[in-house]
Amino acid sequence: MKINNTKTRTLRVVLYAVLIMLALLMLVPFVWMLSASFKLDKDVFVFPIQWIPANPRWQNYVDIWNKIPLSKFALNTVKLTLIVTFLQLLTSSFAAYAFGKLEFKGKNILFLAYIATIAVPWQVYMVPQFMMMRAMGLADTHLAIICLQAFSAFGVFMMKQFYEGIPTELCEAARIDGMSEYQIWYKIMLPLSKPALSTLTIFTFVNTWNDFLGPLIYLTTESKKTLQLGLRMFISQFGSEYGLIMAASVLSLIPVLIVFLSLQKYFVEGVAATGVKG
Amino acid sequence: MAETRAADPKEVERKLAVLEPQLKELEQQVAAETDPKKKEQLAKKITRTRDKIRQAKTGERLSRQTKRDLVAYSFIAPNFIGFAIFTLGPVIFAFVLAFVKWDGNNPMEFAGLGNFAMMIGNQRFMASLRNTIVYCIATVPFTLVCALGLAVLLNQKIKGRNFFRTVSFFPYVASLVAVAAVWNMLFSPAKNGPVNMILYNVFHVAAKALPKWSADKDWVMFTIVMFSVWKNMGYYMVIYLAGLQGINAELYEAASLDGTNTWQKFRFITWPQLQPTTFFVTIILTINCFKVYDIVYMLAGGSSGVLNESAIVLVYHIYEEAFRNWNLGYASAAAMVLFLIVLAITLIQFRGEKKYA
Repeated sequence: MKINNTKTRTLRVVLYAVLIMLALLMLVPFVWMLSASFKLDKDVFVFPIQWIPANPRWQNYVDIWNKIPLSKFALNTVKLTLIVTFLQLLTSSFAAYAFGKLEFKGKNILFLAYIATIAVPWQVYMVPQFMMMRAMGLADTHLAIICLQAFSAFGVFMMKQFYEGIPTELCEAARIDGMSEYQIWYKIMLPLSKPALSTLTIFTFVNTWNDFLGPLIYLTTESKKTLQLGLRMFISQFGSEYGLIMAASVLSLIPVLIVFLSLQKYFVEGVAATGVKG
Repeated sequence: MAETRAADPKEVERKLAVLEPQLKELEQQVAAETDPKKKEQLAKKITRTRDKIRQAKTGERLSRQTKRDLVAYSFIAPNFIGFAIFTLGPVIFAFVLAFVKWDGNNPMEFAGLGNFAMMIGNQRFMASLRNTIVYCIATVPFTLVCALGLAVLLNQKIKGRNFFRTVSFFPYVASLVAVAAVWNMLFSPAKNGPVNMILYNVFHVAAKALPKWSADKDWVMFTIVMFSVWKNMGYYMVIYLAGLQGINAELYEAASLDGTNTWQKFRFITWPQLQPTTFFVTIILTINCFKVYDIVYMLAGGSSGVLNESAIVLVYHIYEEAFRNWNLGYASAAAMVLFLIVLAITLIQFRGEKKYA
């Protein structure tokens, strides 16, 4: 019995050692980023690495706002991300309710249209999509980005999977009580689908916030650009201003970090419950 | 409620004369039918016919089913209209575009298979296809092993489990531009890049032998693959975690009674039980690898964002042909190649899903 105990204990120690190593591996680039963002350019590459700068240079976080129109970029991104995420959640859960819980003519064909396009990567039709948007006068507008992100087949599919797991008896009981379908969706389905909605929020928020190729193709005017484009532009123009680049990078990570941390407890549950893993 | 009009008794009688025998016939069929699927279909038909009879009797303009259909359509419409215009339309358009020559301004010309023939002779296309495949072959197994390992570790009952999970997932949600900027600095090709400094000072790699990472055509793919595994494995870990939670705990209890060790438990319970998940992850991972673009652009594009032949990938080739050279037809043809590859993988998935369902 005693031998067994020591054995488990060693195993535990090894387990924690491995985990801490892995966590370090995951975190080191972020820590380095944070540390470099407080340094002078010439100190960034000093070896051995100074993890905590002796004289933290807060000035980097002030200068970055003047060097590029960072507040404009941030505002654009916040605007786009909020609108897209809101539209995506609303329209997907709305449509998914019909696909998951109602019987109607043409259901299978309509759903097939969604499924068929899930298998087509956006990169395959980004060219015709751009030409179409251009013909509609939407090139170089934020509306184009909203339109191309907000109505994904993925959201509908994912929400539908989740709704199918909710017992139909609940809806039927509500119908007998005289609720309309809209009320059932709002009062019964929405409150029950928190894990799925959280998962979809994380995905949509993160994808829109971090999207690069979409804005790169559509947005040409500088005042309309997003944070990612602006950051990339800054990096290619001032490639050696390491401290500033890192400060801007840190700033661009904060909103995603907040959204992710506040919703992450639903996340594994959401992925498991929706069965959508892509 | 739909408005009712004064029902013309003759009209009603005529309708009922058709509908009622239909209903009887259907009811007889249901009684005789043994196949449960067909039975269900017949039951639906009966409901519909009953609905029609009631409609004829009451004289409502819209039957209950039509009303239900309309409600359902109203649920779908907001998403479907956007989806049809901005996704479905362009997808169909893409198939047409692959067979024409078009620069976006002048009228299109039909090109037949000309675009596809041009691809074979295009060195950049061939390089991009080769690089994309190499990238996939290297990234998929590497990511899979890391994700599975992480998931198994983080499925144990340990302190700070949530912290470790969050940390592993964070690179996936972090902005690509920002983390790519860090990697470019950490793996700076210069001798004073932090990673090269560690190699030089700690592992005593000769200064001349220090890798130039993304600036060296032999190392660039390696750097990209390493970055990609680091960034994305957290995501696949979550999928594996979901899979692990679906394994019946009794299996492990039974195995413990038989005195199996940790490795045996993994080998004979976890691994076989995770087979569907592994299959799923492989497919999604492969598809995502074929869509790679931005990672390569950020790591190997330098300040101009132009990729040379040692790092060019398929989606970048589509992008440069379409939006730099305005060869829209050609770009769509190249996109069709991407589509066919993804389609082939998806079909494998469909077959696999049947096997595992």
